[in-house]
Amino acid sequence: MEHSQTNTAAVPHDEHGFSTKAVWRTFWILLIITVVELALAILYYETDFLPKHFLNGIFIIGTLAKAFFIIAEFMHLRHEIKNMIMTVGIPAMLFIWFLTAFLWDGNSYKNLRNAYDRNHLEQSKIPAKEPQAKKPGAVE
Amino acid sequence: MAQSITAGQKWWAGGKSPFNVEYGKLMMWYFLMSDAFTFGAFLISYGTIRFSSNSWPNPNEVFRTFPFIGEMKIPLAFVSLMTFILIMSSVTMVLAVGAGHNNDRKGVMKWMFFTILGGLAFLSCQAWEWTHLHSEGAWWGRNPFMNIDGSQSSTNFTNFFFTITGFHGFHVFSGVIINIIMLIMTWRGDFDRKGHYLMIEKAGLYWHFVDLVCFYLL
Repeated sequence: MEHSQTNTAAVPHDEHGFSTKAVWRTFWILLIITVVELALAILYYETDFLPKHFLNGIFIIGTLAKAFFIIAEFMHLRHEIKNMIMTVGIPAMLFIWFLTAFLWDGNSYKNLRNAYDRNHLEQSKIPAKEPQAKKPGAVE
Repeated sequence: MAQSITAGQKWWAGGKSPFNVEYGKLMMWYFLMSDAFTFGAFLISYGTIRFSSNSWPNPNEVFRTFPFIGEMKIPLAFVSLMTFILIMSSVTMVLAVGAGHNNDRKGVMKWMFFTILGGLAFLSCQAWEWTHLHSEGAWWGRNPFMNIDGSQSSTNFTNFFFTITGFHGFHVFSGVIINIIMLIMTWRGDFDRKGHYLMIEKAGLYWHFVDLVCFYLL
């Protein structure tokens, strides 16, 4: 019994059963989130009906939700043991710091540079010299 | 693997697998973690550069074309289609894993086939997108697109786009190859002889991960 786990890997673990119904339910959730996001993007493109930052927030939440459903259901993590979930989940929390710190830093760099390097600010406002002459359709 | 822990037993007292997953699967999870951080590093460096720039090209304008239809009024329609293809192939991958649970060889082969098809469809879409952008003059070091406020854009935009989508495309490509190998092994009956389809599960994990990363690319 003590050393049994090393060579019983051949036994499929059936304590977390597999259900096709759950897979399709997850699929519909993912599809609905994607369609809603796309609809919002199109609406924004046509009408500017919402502030952009608010919309970006919705997209971020939608994407996180999709990530959660894929990891939890498709990759089956939700049905693993709690220790296993934490060993994957807790390091992933580093991304929170990763994102805030670096985006904040980029933004602060931009502000500092604009404040102390007027030349850079002026240069970055000059319109492009050749407005897509030989690439029709690239940008209106 | 099927170890049930009775009350009073401790997970970490030795003699049992504390995570209750087999070795290969656990290692696949750890590999995916490290891969997630690699992709994360790419995306964060992109984000940092984006946030430190005064202006940036408008992705809705750049990625507005659709194969065979040409210009579309719908922004990012093609990208959404590509994401949808990957979601679909993720679903078929889960179904293949599920069929593997039931030791259903025919089912595994059918769903693996559709998964590979989805992966190839995604890769073709990406090839088209790259070709199209390249014909517009975009490549590493070349950026034909203006910033959204009409000012001259640096090459950061195209550099990041081609690097990150290229890295992701390479992952999808490897995933397709792995899935093809899995399909051949299933067809030869290797997993029937082993008595389990856990390899399929590991390939499946990889596949979902690749799919997941795709969401963040745009």
